[in-house]
Amino acid sequence: MLIDTVLFYIFAAMVLSGAIFTITRRSAVHSAISLICSLLGVAGLFLLQRAEFLFAVQIVLYVGGIMVLFLFVIMLVNLDLAAKARQFNRAWAVGIAAVAVVGAEMAWFLYRGRAAFHIAENGGAGLGSAAAGNTEMIADSLFSEYLLPFEIASVLLLVAVVGSVVMAKKRI
Amino acid sequence: MPVDLMPASADLIRLLPEIVLTLMGTLLMVLAAILRKRSSNAYGNLSIAALLAALGAAVYAYTRQGPAFGNMLVVDGLATFFRALVIVVGILTVLASYRFLRRQGAETGEYHALLLFSIAGQCLMAAANDLIVVFIGLEISSLASYVMVGYLRDDKRANEAALKYFLLGSFATAFFLYGVALVYGITGTINLSGVRAALTAPESCLQAGAGSVLCVQNWLAPWPIFLGVAAALLFVGLGFKVSAAPFQIWAPDVYQGAPSPVTAFLSTGPKAAAFAVFLRIFMSAFEPGGAAWEPLVWFSALASMTIGNFAALRQSNVKRMLAYSSIAHAGYVLVALTARSADGAAAVMFYLGAYAFMNIGAFAVVGHLAGKGERYQDIEDFGGLGQKQPLTAAMLTIFLLSLIGVPLTGGFFGKFYIFKAALESHLVWLTVLGLLNSAVAAYYYLRVLVMMYFREPSQAAIEAEPLRPGLRAALLVSAVATLFLGIFPNWVLDFSNKSAAMMK
Repeated sequence: MLIDTVLFYIFAAMVLSGAIFTITRRSAVHSAISLICSLLGVAGLFLLQRAEFLFAVQIVLYVGGIMVLFLFVIMLVNLDLAAKARQFNRAWAVGIAAVAVVGAEMAWFLYRGRAAFHIAENGGAGLGSAAAGNTEMIADSLFSEYLLPFEIASVLLLVAVVGSVVMAKKRI
Repeated sequence: MPVDLMPASADLIRLLPEIVLTLMGTLLMVLAAILRKRSSNAYGNLSIAALLAALGAAVYAYTRQGPAFGNMLVVDGLATFFRALVIVVGILTVLASYRFLRRQGAETGEYHALLLFSIAGQCLMAAANDLIVVFIGLEISSLASYVMVGYLRDDKRANEAALKYFLLGSFATAFFLYGVALVYGITGTINLSGVRAALTAPESCLQAGAGSVLCVQNWLAPWPIFLGVAAALLFVGLGFKVSAAPFQIWAPDVYQGAPSPVTAFLSTGPKAAAFAVFLRIFMSAFEPGGAAWEPLVWFSALASMTIGNFAALRQSNVKRMLAYSSIAHAGYVLVALTARSADGAAAVMFYLGAYAFMNIGAFAVVGHLAGKGERYQDIEDFGGLGQKQPLTAAMLTIFLLSLIGVPLTGGFFGKFYIFKAALESHLVWLTVLGLLNSAVAAYYYLRVLVMMYFREPSQAAIEAEPLRPGLRAALLVSAVATLFLGIFPNWVLDFSNKSAAMMK
């Protein structure tokens, strides 16, 4: 139990410090690397909750795919000038208001605990036996109940690929 | 545990139109690699064949009505009506595209493949009974149309239009997705039948997909605000797709910048599919919470009509004018939705059917007259078209009269049923304001007519090439359908009434 708690604080520290560095670093590359650190922390939190599938997806998709894309863009676009320019944010008033609202919301939820939520419960029906692992359960429902969305998602990806090729090739 | 993953044949038949369209779309791309010819009518011919096959499949699927894939899809009258509508829109778009693409030197297999994929996505939306299927269908349809808007990449306006459409469209989709997440949070299911059951019968247990029993607890009673927020977020996503105010900002720029046949398609196909989803979500799933979302739709209907019509008055570019008019027409359809009755739903279906034909026809004429590089889009360019090309002018006259809502055209009965449904639901103010709006609208449509018949021929009218067979077929079909709906409305109306009654 103790080791869980220790790990939780380590991962939480990763998430928070990564997030803070992401928005405070001047260099875009440093920001991106801090964001990777933050996302890895989230992956660790998933693992602590025994959500192995989400853990793997978080690493492959966010840390792997999306962050590599970010870095590509950063390297392609010349950001040196932007890093030297004075950083400013005109919308700070809106930002403070938003933070205040979210802060009040979180305080309310922390104060009330579970009673603050009225989320419909699925009852766990349709997810197979609890003895099977988390990943197996997701696979079962993905390939039986959600077979159609799963399959047509591939059409969506095909359209995206064809579309980007049409947009990028030399002559139409 | 070994499960038989092969879906039942009845399920596959109910998905047949989408299967046909996707297969043929893929085939077109393979063919483009084999043919290696840049300009060929083969692509267009093949897409027409694919769309006709899909139309047959949609009708065949109607003979085997019912849910498919564990209630993910449902094939009923509503689904079949909108499937057939978007497929016919596709056929007319392809017919109007032949000459247009040839003139811009941009006839490729990809254009037609993307069109077929987009229509497949819209068919999915029409038949979807689960928010995740709605979402994927919406994305397939939208992604393909973003690319089609920017398809003529050397055109600056098209580039700007595509980027704008893409960025704003992505935001709108994100809103929709938030709405879906909230719906799941409230009801524990994203199946629309399940949502409806959760909102009507508290603590009910219903038979959900794959034979599992889903017990949905009704938490709504203490939290009606959640339902309102969810409905509002879904409304933002769908309102964007149908260009309803206050989410209409993108429409004029995108409709003006996109190639004319694509504009014709955009203003009818995706709009019809999004309204199908509207009907499914708001008239069946969210119907029990109707009082909560009615003011929202009421406001949006009035704003769309007013903004669309008054902005259209001041336009000199015809494509832009038609874009604003399409915003106004979305407003009329929203009036029928506000009515919250089976009659209203039937009016929505009838109106969208009539609107598809007249609007595609109008945009096809605009694209025909615009010439290479779409130079002539100004209202002055229509001067003297009546002398130079009497047939084209006559058909544009039919479309514009129908857009005004003159008797004997489909547009008249469309408006008539909408305002009748609104009056029956005691929406007197909305009806009065809507009728005033359509009177205002007559002015800018008539301006084009006056230009065509009472002015000397402009440069555009002199240069315009004779009507090619493809475009002529598209115009004739649209004109005949517009008149048919205006003279024998019962045929379509009976079907939409029957479907609307079954929708619950």
